[in-house]
Amino acid sequence: MTETILAAERAICTPGEILATGMGFIPGKGTYRESDNIRAGRLGILSIEGKVLKLTPLSGTYLPKINDRIIGTVCDVLMTGWRMETNSPYSAVMNLKDATAEFIPRGADLTQYFDIGDNVMCKIINVTSQRLVDITTKGPGLRKLEGGRIIKVGPQKIPRIIGKEGSMLAIIKESTGCEIQAGQNGLIWIQGEPEAEIKAAKAIKKIEEEAHKSGLTEKIKTLLQ
Amino acid sequence: MTYTKRFDGRGQEDLRPIEAKAGIIPNADGSAMFKIGNTVALAAVYGPRDLRPKFMQNPSTGILRCNYNMMPFSGHGERVRPGGGRRAKEISMIMQKALAPVLNLKEYPNTVVDVFVELPQTDAGTRCAGITAAAIALADAGLEMKDLVSALAVGKVGGTIISDLTYNEEAYEEEGGSTDIPVAIIPSTGEITLLQLDGELTKDELTQALELAKKSAAKIYKVQQEALKARFK
Repeated sequence: MTETILAAERAICTPGEILATGMGFIPGKGTYRESDNIRAGRLGILSIEGKVLKLTPLSGTYLPKINDRIIGTVCDVLMTGWRMETNSPYSAVMNLKDATAEFIPRGADLTQYFDIGDNVMCKIINVTSQRLVDITTKGPGLRKLEGGRIIKVGPQKIPRIIGKEGSMLAIIKESTGCEIQAGQNGLIWIQGEPEAEIKAAKAIKKIEEEAHKSGLTEKIKTLLQ
Repeated sequence: MTYTKRFDGRGQEDLRPIEAKAGIIPNADGSAMFKIGNTVALAAVYGPRDLRPKFMQNPSTGILRCNYNMMPFSGHGERVRPGGGRRAKEISMIMQKALAPVLNLKEYPNTVVDVFVELPQTDAGTRCAGITAAAIALADAGLEMKDLVSALAVGKVGGTIISDLTYNEEAYEEEGGSTDIPVAIIPSTGEITLLQLDGELTKDELTQALELAKKSAAKIYKVQQEALKARFK
């Protein structure tokens, strides 16, 4: 039997496109096998890792995943915690014990800790099969975000915006002097001088638009100069 | 068979000029424009998102919801009455049924994916153009799909089997009149997800028409794929 890859590495594949024929390849994430063929199961960029074919998504809404650091907005105060919007179809719940180490007496007014509309950098600690999400603010770098502005980008573009070991964000932070926090859910918080904030937001939007192209670091460097 | 020369001079198996573009609506999660001749369909996809009213939620999977709308100024002659109607409601439903088989929303329980199809300009074949545009928009929204869906109308006009009817051809009244068959096909498997028929046809003619539909759908599929790839060039 012949085993051939029909699509090139890093090619953009559309749903249903035949990526490879023969049983020599293994369908990975975003692909599926249909008789002898491996087909694309979504729109994405193909990556070939040995015998495994994988599709990296180019678009889509955020789906909560355990251990993701996200930016949430408090939308409701519950009996023993807060409900937060997560820029996904599902809201998350932060329990009292996951919010603060302080002792909070029974019946206390919870809005003095987090009020409706507050933005919080938090971490997902649990996701159920029905997508009930638990989050925490206990951990390094997790806190309430005060001031600044929040911009929205495609959640798939976040790894590109952060860069290898945070290199891309470091460039933006350094040249604009802004403080930046990127949530995996596609929300990015920027705080600094108003002009610098705009500059940083522009740079991030540029990365989002050209995330699938190479040589981006240089482009961003020149943009920020 | 007297209808041998088509009103717009096309061959019997020719489609009208096609144009497609993905990502035309920045605020939508996925969007597409599909133009075939004088019929233009715009599709916008929102979601998966929280579904209300709550009783509509399905805890085992996300659901698909379609909305078809012909704009008041879109048609021939008389103005289309704005807002939904019996016809729009039915077409919304058949679009949902045509698209649902390729979608996998198992990862998104209790949510909805909304598809809005608007038709600013129409010249027959609107439900097919709508389905085709919606398929591009759903893929653009990054949803898990086993394939796209390609749709077009085939039919019999004055005894001749033709593909992609225009409004004039649908309204043809001589010699047995006109038969119009909207078909939606999943190209990879050849499965048919939409098949309607308005008019009269023999069994052999239907088989012949469906063979033609399959051939024509392949042409549309190519345009759909190119539109999606061009979005990320």
